[in-house]
Amino acid sequence: MNEDSYLNAGYTLRSWFFTSDHKRIAILYFASLIFFFFIGGAAATAIRIELATPQADLVSSDMYNRLFTMHGIIMVWFFLIPSVPNTLGNFIVPLMIGARDLAFPRLNLLSWYLFMLGGSVTLFAIAAGGVDTGWTFYAPFSTLYSNSYVMAAVIGIFIAGFSSILTGLNFIVTIHRLRAPGLTWYRLPLFIWSLYATSVILVLATPILAITLILIAIERCFGVGIFDPKIGGDPLLFQHLFWFYSHPAVYIMILPGMGVVNELISCFSRKEVFGYKFVAWASLAIAALGFLVWGHHMFVSGQSLLASLVFSFMSFIVAVPSAIKVFNWTATLHKGSIRFDAPMLYALAFIGLFTIGGLTGLFLACLAYDVHATDTYFVVAHFHYIMVGGMVTAYFGGLHYWWPKITGRLYSEGWARAAAILIFFGFNLTFFPQFILGAEGMPRRYHVYPPEFQVWNVLSSGGASILAVAYLLPLFYLGYSLFFGARAPANPWDAPGLEWQTSSPPPEFNFAVQPVVTRAPYQYSEAFKAEPQNA
Amino acid sequence: MWRAWIPFWHAGVSPYSGDVDLLFTGLLFASALVLALLFFLLALFCVRYRAGNHIDRAARGGKSWHWEVSWTAASLVAFLGLFIWGANLFLDAYRSHADELSVFVVAKQWMWKVQHPGGQSEINALHIPVHHPIRLIMASQDVIHSFFIPALRLKHDVVPGRYQDLEIEVDTPGHYHLFCAEYCGTEHSGMTGEVVAMEQADYAAWLSQQSPSSSLAQEGGALFRQFGCSGCHGLGSKVRAPPLEGLYGKQVALSDGTTVVADDKYLRDAILLPRSQIAAGYAPVMPPFEGKVSEDQLLRLVVYIKSLAGHQP
Repeated sequence: MNEDSYLNAGYTLRSWFFTSDHKRIAILYFASLIFFFFIGGAAATAIRIELATPQADLVSSDMYNRLFTMHGIIMVWFFLIPSVPNTLGNFIVPLMIGARDLAFPRLNLLSWYLFMLGGSVTLFAIAAGGVDTGWTFYAPFSTLYSNSYVMAAVIGIFIAGFSSILTGLNFIVTIHRLRAPGLTWYRLPLFIWSLYATSVILVLATPILAITLILIAIERCFGVGIFDPKIGGDPLLFQHLFWFYSHPAVYIMILPGMGVVNELISCFSRKEVFGYKFVAWASLAIAALGFLVWGHHMFVSGQSLLASLVFSFMSFIVAVPSAIKVFNWTATLHKGSIRFDAPMLYALAFIGLFTIGGLTGLFLACLAYDVHATDTYFVVAHFHYIMVGGMVTAYFGGLHYWWPKITGRLYSEGWARAAAILIFFGFNLTFFPQFILGAEGMPRRYHVYPPEFQVWNVLSSGGASILAVAYLLPLFYLGYSLFFGARAPANPWDAPGLEWQTSSPPPEFNFAVQPVVTRAPYQYSEAFKAEPQNA
Repeated sequence: MWRAWIPFWHAGVSPYSGDVDLLFTGLLFASALVLALLFFLLALFCVRYRAGNHIDRAARGGKSWHWEVSWTAASLVAFLGLFIWGANLFLDAYRSHADELSVFVVAKQWMWKVQHPGGQSEINALHIPVHHPIRLIMASQDVIHSFFIPALRLKHDVVPGRYQDLEIEVDTPGHYHLFCAEYCGTEHSGMTGEVVAMEQADYAAWLSQQSPSSSLAQEGGALFRQFGCSGCHGLGSKVRAPPLEGLYGKQVALSDGTTVVADDKYLRDAILLPRSQIAAGYAPVMPPFEGKVSEDQLLRLVVYIKSLAGHQP
């Protein structure tokens, strides 16, 4: 390992917990997110075991409701939203744009502390007895009827929200102000464009969540009528506020994944991304249009028919930029020189799974079909195809791609490919049957269900056990690589991006000399110079 | 047995649900087409342009905008078509028929209580005649529930604080699932029941077997006196209050110059919060009944006022 690597900048706990180095903070996030991912995953596993039979056998109804609530809260706020931005983004963004660090290094550290504080309060809520409102906290159930630890969970999420806002702010300023000389907007890698779009949503939408959570607290603690009609409130107001944040938030949970996939597809087909400007602006279009579709969660809630028509229309429109991206990724492969390393397998899986998730999103945008499918397993399957099939797959792809840069080590390519393939099959077996369950009318959040739904549930639970094993695999071979893997060269993928022009792992201040950019991104050599170095 | 595992093997049991199935088939077909094209291209490119395969890769990175414009336009047109199809059918579900039968549904943690106009009541079951439009007027006593009949491809949330209504019609006699589709607490998954669709004659027989002591309107009339409503709204009252005879279904002029139709929702609001919509020409002297009447009592009062529709003031 090179002597001046950021990993050698200090070995004390203090040098990690009081660091302002974006790379070390990224490592802190990696460790925290692995922890939360396995907590959320454990809850999912328990849910799937319970659902293998129609009757209740493993847990009580109250426990079941706490399990799916915990799964949702942990996975959404403590894994998916920070996943790519706060780990890969934190590490790679300054390197990619040729900067020494993010614009506000100490704010970056504060963001991690807020995240951990929010996470701890939420874990306290779970340990103390759990929350049974579902991650959506629908009022008036959450405000006046639930006897669980709603307040603690709300406070935890409220705090973690500020972590999101600070991270978003930091990225926006960094991307505007700290680009290397010559790195114009259209020379930025598309990963930066999509993180920029994500950051805009983080900064604009998260405050709405904070306000909504405060309103829940006010109604719950002081009995002020905001959402409960018994005391003069309006339950639909909660849904409008909640989804005004949470629908843009699903784009927070997919745009960074799309950004990662741009880098992977381009690198492993040795070509620039087809239609660069269209893909770049599609990210911003998604961010903007994503704010105008929240009402599609409320087609059967009793909102006006006109509102439903408008929201349905907008939901179809927001699918257009996503479709543009899928077509562009596919076109990028054309006349490429494609190699199927593990990150590329994840990227290809992403395209397939994201497209299925996106197409089934059209089913739900379609008014008459949504009336049947909303609040059934069809919705569950749809958003897991986007969130897990899309975002988590992209996260793993990015993790493998930048692993040599982050750790300075190579991992076992054979194991990595095996894990990627196993995740793909486990995922499809888990979630595809849920489309069929939903189409047949099985409602979501059901602890017990009529026996005719059992066959598909058994398949789904079987898939989930494969998926659980598949997600554990990287823990082992990446863990092994961390300590015993071969040393990685500075540029194992023979890639032109700035992050590959410095040593692996990078020195504390990233670049020995300030890089200057003179050309567009993705100027790959037509073929890999050498055979894979990552064996 | 295995037939039960195939989605939509049991085709819709009403004309509307058949239309939804057709829409679903259309969506499936369109998606399958896109997926097949995409997977074909992915596979083709991955095989043809795999590293090490010697093949012509000249002219890469040519102009792209005409491709971009064409697939953007194609997606837009296809999406627009699906939007119109889905929206059109959705509006269909909200049309109402003149000869519909009203049934009241009260949702509470964790049961469905159904009140037929004749006074028959049932729990977690809804008996209806086939080939007859039924208007469900639904209220929730506590949190949000959702009335979902998968066989009809219909659901509607039951949000507390307001009436929600949904028209259903079943063509095939049988027993169909009724689910609560909006998470409502501990026993959410136990808040299920069945819709029993019967031939007209069977339905009439079922109604008479239930032999309720009094109809909903009669019970509402008793409540009308018990709550003292008759003191002002009754004939010969000294207080000047709007007459309720012949009111239902008519236009009501309000003091702010607008008019509303006196339907179930209006009557409910007028009882709970009379000052929110004051009839023109009357002093706002009626006290609000919010929190004083339960949903069960409220629906009886509404049915009673409805029963006065044929009377002359």
